[in-house]
Amino acid sequence: MIQARGLTKHYGSTVAVNDLSFDVGAGQVTGFLGPNGSGKSTTMRMVMGLDRPDAGGVTVNGRPYRALPWPLREVGALLESKAIHPGRSATNHLWALAQTNDIPRARVDEVLELVGLSSVAGKRAGKFSLGMTQRLGIAGALLGDPGVLLFDEPVNGLDPEGILWVRTLLRRLAAEGRAVFVSSHLMSEMALTADHLVVIGRGRLIADQPVAQFVAQSSHRSVRVRTPRPEDLSAALFAAGARVEPGDDGALVVTGMDAAAIGDLAAERAIALHELTPQAASLEDAFMELTRSSVEFRADESGPTGTHVHGAPTVAGSAEVER
Amino acid sequence: MVATAPVVGTVPTGRQHFTGALRAEWTKLRSVRSTLWCVAAAVVGGIGIGILATSSEASTWRNAGIIEVALFDPTSISLTGLLFGQLAIGVLGVLTMSAEYGTGTIRATLGAVPRRPVVLLAKVVVFGTLALAVSEAISFAAFFIGQAILSGSTPTATLSQPGVARAVVGGGLYLTVLGLVALGLATIIRHTAGTIFTFVAILLILPLVVAAFPAKYGHPVGKFLPATIGAAMTATTARGAHQDFLPSFPPWRGFGVLCAYAVAALVVGGLLMIRRDP
Repeated sequence: MIQARGLTKHYGSTVAVNDLSFDVGAGQVTGFLGPNGSGKSTTMRMVMGLDRPDAGGVTVNGRPYRALPWPLREVGALLESKAIHPGRSATNHLWALAQTNDIPRARVDEVLELVGLSSVAGKRAGKFSLGMTQRLGIAGALLGDPGVLLFDEPVNGLDPEGILWVRTLLRRLAAEGRAVFVSSHLMSEMALTADHLVVIGRGRLIADQPVAQFVAQSSHRSVRVRTPRPEDLSAALFAAGARVEPGDDGALVVTGMDAAAIGDLAAERAIALHELTPQAASLEDAFMELTRSSVEFRADESGPTGTHVHGAPTVAGSAEVER
Repeated sequence: MVATAPVVGTVPTGRQHFTGALRAEWTKLRSVRSTLWCVAAAVVGGIGIGILATSSEASTWRNAGIIEVALFDPTSISLTGLLFGQLAIGVLGVLTMSAEYGTGTIRATLGAVPRRPVVLLAKVVVFGTLALAVSEAISFAAFFIGQAILSGSTPTATLSQPGVARAVVGGGLYLTVLGLVALGLATIIRHTAGTIFTFVAILLILPLVVAAFPAKYGHPVGKFLPATIGAAMTATTARGAHQDFLPSFPPWRGFGVLCAYAVAALVVGGLLMIRRDP
């Protein structure tokens, strides 16, 4: 497993990763989510011992990456799609990596078969499409049959079939008991793949929780209500502290109160309800909500609109004010 | 479902070792075409230019003046092609390291071998061995072919004559260590074009700059130029050195200076490699 504690990395005066702590456990897919430029790749490079943290540290299976006796047999990584010499064949690329960790030659052919590149194994990697290059990178990650896997934006450049393949692969690797850490800026992709989420914005931790909990905590959770007496119900709900907005075709969209409470309130006031439907927020909505205050370059600088009512974004928001 | 231990196959005891890194570097070096091109260029240029130089000397010898005859060094002239060979070997030395940074392969490399000095040392050994084998082969081939061409027209050299074996072996050593200087520069600079420019500037442009200075300043500096060292190493007499406008170190002392350059470039490169993020 991966343990990051207080990871901090500056590039000049820019803080790329700021006091980041999280765990990546075995047997599940941990999604690493954040807007572009939020520090995901930097964090992954620090896990790999490529970038040196300015403060804090990260261990894999209890050791810093550099202290691992057989790195590729413990950690596999797809860091960037472009980490391959264009003039070298897929086989030779993998064979060179395998030799450093005493991985047998047969394993090279095995992983090439696994990612579907056997037929082009002898071709120069420079001739590969983006998707093939990505598959070769994944083959490299799987080479040492490691218990910990890192994938930085693995579906980038893949066609729908390739995306499905990666999704299935990640699920399978986790089911085999491996710790799978996968970054993405696409919430929808994580919804289908991840069990657990580590969300960052501007290099800071915003959320670290199971996917279901992440969605449940979204402020966008709302209840759709239809009643023949919308004015009366709205007034009652408003008085009870809920927010009410008119929905389409005369329905009311209520936030800040769950369906049971709305039903009880309506019953107390003897207001008939024709519909009472909890609306699950999409993961994308939850993500947007959480990261709104921490997006690097936002168009609207006038301040958060409503994010102040939630715990986590306020932390990120107030930190910016302090600086 | 949650496993406590990683589900890996068989993890050997002990830890990764230097031979693994060596074998990997050899695989990388032999599996790109640029290696083949550089070696081919060194061989063709190194031997071919020697053939041209000795043929030209043989055909014009009867018109040679007394000074030319007095200065004539059949060993040195047969090794003229090493001037070209040094560029090809140098470029190979540069690419051995800079291609890793240029293509991003360095991240895969350091992921597999996180101890960076081990990677650098493996490259030094693998490239150094290949460069030595190729350079010595070129030097000896150029010498024997050159003497065969000169034979019958001009005085010729044999390996048993004083300084000749030293010059021929020295020619190969000069190319090899110069290649290691190039590898060290590439570790410092990390960009292919920038490193090749620096290497060529040191080798070919710096001597012109030094020669432009008055002898009082130019001569003490000129000795330290790799080109001067190489010319002295491949000549059998001090007068036979091609760049006789600059005084030079005695061959082996010059070689020591060149080795110091290589060590310095590689140590600085290694320290930077440890410090910098790839």
